[in-house]
Amino acid sequence: MSTNTIVSLPDQTTARIPKDNYISRENGLLSWLLTSDHKRIAILYLISLSFFFFIGGALAGLIRLELLTPQTDLMATDTYNKVFTMHGVIMVFFFLVPSVPATLGNFLIPMMIGAKDLALPKVNLLSWYLYMAGGLLALYTMAVGGVDTGWTFTTPLSTHYVNTNVLTTGLAVFVAGFSSILTGLNFIVTIHKMRAPGMTWFRLPLFIWAHYAASILMVLATPVVAIAIVLVALERTIGIGVFDPTKGGDPLLFQHLFWFYSHPAVYIMILPGMGVISEVISTFSRKRVFGYTAVAFSSVAIAVFGFFVWAHHMFIMGISNYAVLIFSLLTMLVAVPSAIKIFNWTFTLYKGSITFETPMLYAFGFMGLFTIGGMTGVFLGSSGTDIHLTETYFIVAHFHFVMVGGMLMAFLSGIHFWWPKITGRMYPEKLSQLAAMVTFIGFNFTFFPQFILGTLGMPRRYASYPPEFQILNVFSTAGATILGVGYLLPVLYLVWSLRYGAIAGNNPWQATGLEWQTQSPPLTENFAVMPVMDHEAYDYEWLEGQQQTQKETEATSAG
Amino acid sequence: MPDNHNLANAANAVHCAEQEHPSYLRHHFNTAAQQADASSFAMWLFLLTEVMFFGGLFTAYLVYRNWYYLAFVSGSHQLNVVWGTTNTLVLILSSFTMAMGVWCAETRRRRGLVLCLTLTFILGLGFLGIKTVEYKEKIEKHHVPGFHYSMQSFLDPEHDEAAKAAGDKPLTLDMARKTELYFSLYFLMTGMHALHMIIGIGILGFMIFRARAGAYTSGHVTFVENFGLYWHFVDIVWIYLFALLYLISRH
Repeated sequence: MSTNTIVSLPDQTTARIPKDNYISRENGLLSWLLTSDHKRIAILYLISLSFFFFIGGALAGLIRLELLTPQTDLMATDTYNKVFTMHGVIMVFFFLVPSVPATLGNFLIPMMIGAKDLALPKVNLLSWYLYMAGGLLALYTMAVGGVDTGWTFTTPLSTHYVNTNVLTTGLAVFVAGFSSILTGLNFIVTIHKMRAPGMTWFRLPLFIWAHYAASILMVLATPVVAIAIVLVALERTIGIGVFDPTKGGDPLLFQHLFWFYSHPAVYIMILPGMGVISEVISTFSRKRVFGYTAVAFSSVAIAVFGFFVWAHHMFIMGISNYAVLIFSLLTMLVAVPSAIKIFNWTFTLYKGSITFETPMLYAFGFMGLFTIGGMTGVFLGSSGTDIHLTETYFIVAHFHFVMVGGMLMAFLSGIHFWWPKITGRMYPEKLSQLAAMVTFIGFNFTFFPQFILGTLGMPRRYASYPPEFQILNVFSTAGATILGVGYLLPVLYLVWSLRYGAIAGNNPWQATGLEWQTQSPPLTENFAVMPVMDHEAYDYEWLEGQQQTQKETEATSAG
Repeated sequence: MPDNHNLANAANAVHCAEQEHPSYLRHHFNTAAQQADASSFAMWLFLLTEVMFFGGLFTAYLVYRNWYYLAFVSGSHQLNVVWGTTNTLVLILSSFTMAMGVWCAETRRRRGLVLCLTLTFILGLGFLGIKTVEYKEKIEKHHVPGFHYSMQSFLDPEHDEAAKAAGDKPLTLDMARKTELYFSLYFLMTGMHALHMIIGIGILGFMIFRARAGAYTSGHVTFVENFGLYWHFVDIVWIYLFALLYLISRH
């Protein structure tokens, strides 16, 4: 590990956490539960998201444990179905979709654009309550017996053949969906209407562009899954026939409506992560992001293309060959803007002054794993190979590379990067670097074998498998154990750092964003003086000039 | 240079805003204009999500109408165009009274506003009343999917008043079954629309109460304006439903 570092902390003997900040301003549980401060709501989300993440993670642990041996020995097959379904539902709807936007996005969007709060603070709080209502309903469902349709609620299985809690799970997803819609709506309005003087569209940090694109998807796609769930519920209760082939309905219609949301939803999940990576890569290579405009527009392009590729989830479901051809082509197209991002980040690194603090390590993890995840997506987007690979572990490995290897790495990168800003304290650097390495190694051990299992033909969603697949499954389960350690470590040392971490000061990373030019933790109104943006984004020379002036004023006032 | 000029202007605007500080201005906005702008933009975005929400149903309608054309034509003939037209007029009239209400709020006419909102409220209830009459007809003819659905009107149109009047030919058993899908979509789409009406009427009741106290006639009209947008949106959805469900198969 390099000994170079850009971390510049204030003198620890004299430094204090500012007395007045958004955490200390008010006390008591109610001041948190009834807050309309975007920063406090972000904290509420962070705590509840982590809770759901560890429940989803525990379910993943059960799945891996069952798959340690070829026989079904830990749990019955129908229990296994419920476990992987609940793992999917909780991870997708209650962790991945809100992960970065609801925590970091909530905290940072107003600060980055120089506003005092999101445009609709009360709606923001309402989103959190909706999220919690949905989440608790999902947990309730799990407690009373769970659901076993898979997280996709595919008809006619979900409408006619299973006798589990499809309705309550559907309601949970429906409610959480409105939380997502309101968050996206709030972000779009804020980014349009609340920017500080001088903050033009092309001075916005790329984090904002990524969230803007993701918000468009949240607002336009989520209502469609909402109506699809309503239709499933009515089909189950009254039998309206819209998805029932015996009455002339078409189960494929459900899949069209479902994937019209759920494919864009993977971009809802990944785009905010890409925003985090842009900030981190720039800060730790001391360079403006290469091709700022291209990266900004690639986010929008992903959002737009993302709407026209949904049927690649249905290649083997009986859609016409012409539809397969067109959707296959469109799927290839969406790889272009993703590649633009990866290339531009790589060029940002080129000749940069790179340092290897924890957020950067996670960002490197993201770049490697997301690239593998993305490239294997091209295999699945080609209709020929898809027929062989779909419904096998290849697809499981593919989306875990993108979602866990990509998004979760980005989430952890962002949490570490902005932790000093959120709490005013540093996390322990060495330990967190170790955690980043452990996560990376554990991740590859868990999911790389699954690519091989998939190409060998091991189907997904079964509790048992032929004995010749055992060795790779043992690898995978062993890796999952390491991965679990990698996720537990940050929880421990981040909580530890709340009390014992070094005082971070305003700008420990020497980063350029507006959020770093104010105290940590910030004031409730974010800035003591309304900021004016008089320079480009990622302008490190401006920052140096700024610090020079500050030193001079301090010197004159001291002298 | 022009950039700097803009900055100075913007900073100036911020400065001016701090001097005039109406009581309804929330702490995180700089000016009342910014606040009004933000909330009406948010409302338009919300309506966009509503378009997508109804979009799923319209898609289903489009697909199944193409597949089961004859069933959808015969199904449509069972709807009562007279009641449908009346309801359309009622709703358009309510949109007019709502628009007048917004105007009253903007020009600070408290009594006018209360009158307009009350009229809108009554017209909204009238719409739901007529809808209930129509639903009752369907229930009596066993045209509610899932509840003892009867295909008699389509297998034997000679003995069905509405079908006979439209000159329907008997459908094959297979096609007649598909009329259930038509009525599923009919109840779903009009039901979802009625749900939006009920929510709107509820909010209207609340607004009448507040308008009497003068809440919307002191310069802060955003709530009335945004509700107006919602009401007109619900109205437009109905106009599409009326055309697609009632009128499309009449010649």
